[in-house]
Amino acid sequence: MNFLEQIANNPGLTEALPKEFAATLQMISISGFFTVLIGLPLGVFLIASAPGGLRPMPVTHRILSDVVVNITRSVPFAILMVSLIPLARLITGTSIGPVAASVSLSIGSIPFFARIVETSLRDVAAGKIDAALVMGSTRMQVIRKVLLPEALPGLIAGFTSTLVALVGYSAMAGIIGGGGLGRLAYNYGLQRFDTTVMVVIIVIIVAIVQLIQLAGDRAMARVDHRNAATAGAGRRRRRAPVPEVSA
Amino acid sequence: MITVTELRKSYRQGGRTIDALDGVSLEVPRGTIHGVIGHSGAGKSTLVRCLTLLDRPTSGSVSIDGRDLTSVKDSEVRSARRRIGMVFQHANLLDSRTAAGNVALPLELVRLSKSEKDAKVARLLGLVGLAEFADAYPSQLSGGQRQRVGIARALAADPTVLLCDEPTSALDPATTDEILDLIRDLADTLGLTVLIITHEMNVVKRICDSVSLLEKGRVVEQGPLREVAGSLNGRLVQALLPLPPHNPSGTGPVLDLLTAGGSGSGPVLSELSRRFSLDVTLLAGSVETLAGEQFSRMRVGLAPAAEDNAPAQPLELNEVVSHLRARGVTVEVAA
Repeated sequence: MNFLEQIANNPGLTEALPKEFAATLQMISISGFFTVLIGLPLGVFLIASAPGGLRPMPVTHRILSDVVVNITRSVPFAILMVSLIPLARLITGTSIGPVAASVSLSIGSIPFFARIVETSLRDVAAGKIDAALVMGSTRMQVIRKVLLPEALPGLIAGFTSTLVALVGYSAMAGIIGGGGLGRLAYNYGLQRFDTTVMVVIIVIIVAIVQLIQLAGDRAMARVDHRNAATAGAGRRRRRAPVPEVSA
Repeated sequence: MITVTELRKSYRQGGRTIDALDGVSLEVPRGTIHGVIGHSGAGKSTLVRCLTLLDRPTSGSVSIDGRDLTSVKDSEVRSARRRIGMVFQHANLLDSRTAAGNVALPLELVRLSKSEKDAKVARLLGLVGLAEFADAYPSQLSGGQRQRVGIARALAADPTVLLCDEPTSALDPATTDEILDLIRDLADTLGLTVLIITHEMNVVKRICDSVSLLEKGRVVEQGPLREVAGSLNGRLVQALLPLPPHNPSGTGPVLDLLTAGGSGSGPVLSELSRRFSLDVTLLAGSVETLAGEQFSRMRVGLAPAAEDNAPAQPLELNEVVSHLRARGVTVEVAA
């Protein structure tokens, strides 16, 4: 029996794989969505409420930054996950399956992404914020029109890293009851010594990560105009090159 | 018109109070350009931040066209700021927007239809000579072009006042002159009142009507350019009309002469030579056009001329000085 036949006749791959593959995508999509939905505003709030920020709120900032974000991030993910099972049951009504796992996946990655957002926004030059304030922008306008667009390349790169981390976390979540490729690899590959399943799943996970990274890099190049050589590199050049004329 | 009265700003730093601005007053009449010059640490940046209300002054007031800025409530600060256009040292353009997008930013903050906005952006870019660069990103523009976009953006909200914070300090000399000429043109055609903060005397020489010298948070000299350049004892004259280093002359007296515009024009030196039979040696000098008038500052050595057939007359220094003063020349006996 050659390798291809092994793949074609392996019930772990023909029957379980499509379902678990979908479960993995489901976990990544749901938790990716909520990570942005909550992590992005959280990151913005962290930067705006910091001392010297747009709206300094030292105490709230302290609590959010030092207590919530740092504590969540310092608990190892596997432990965080187990400890959040009651919360997952409360929110989704079940403690197993990809949807339940998405709760703890989101909670694990929201602080991670919020820190990335905070760092990216901090890199936006203070002069640009001053310029926007002097022209009469509200704080919300500064965030919407200056901070977020200027930090967008960094935000996309950070979200890409977050998604890649989520792929890894989701495999771990699978073992605890989330399902997905992680559980499949564990059940077949580890417990049944089925190397074929293990190899195929590793290949698939690597492919997912590569795809995410590629898409992220493309998207980033598209919005990155920070230096002339790469400005608009991700898109077909639609207009003639700008003529070189001195000021 | 910009009026700054007794502006003070103190910071607390490690238990000490630092007076970054220690009672600064200045007035810039409508349509004129005023330069604030000073070394780093003189309080220039603090002054800018107080003028734009990015920092609240400790005391004193700033008013634009007679309306006080410092007393407005926090909620009205934003509309108050729209009366000021600001040009920054590093332009501070958004990299994520094209030149047109950057100029449009202030217009997005107020209600304006898209067609009005587009027309205005095009007009502003034309005004600064960048009409064909509307779609270029800042990274594709040169430093001078970026600063032009910055100027167009500053003018977008139709301010009456343009505040320039070191607008040319990051530019090369040729580009500096172009940007300064642009600011002068815009001030003249749009009737803008301009305040330029700078550490470069060249900026003051080229476009300012009046100047304040800022030192340790205080104005130590202030006035129209022709006045500060016309006073031999002032602090600014050496910067405006520098005397290059020179060797001391022989034995005779040395005079510092200063002529300004119409006063003291004409062949001062040769007249001196003929009338008093003197040898006049030019030791050092500089001639500049400041605020549209010609200024010359000279250091001359005098010695009685020995004629072929007559012995040298003794030098009557007092007569020479009073003659020069009568001609309208400012004179100081240097040695």
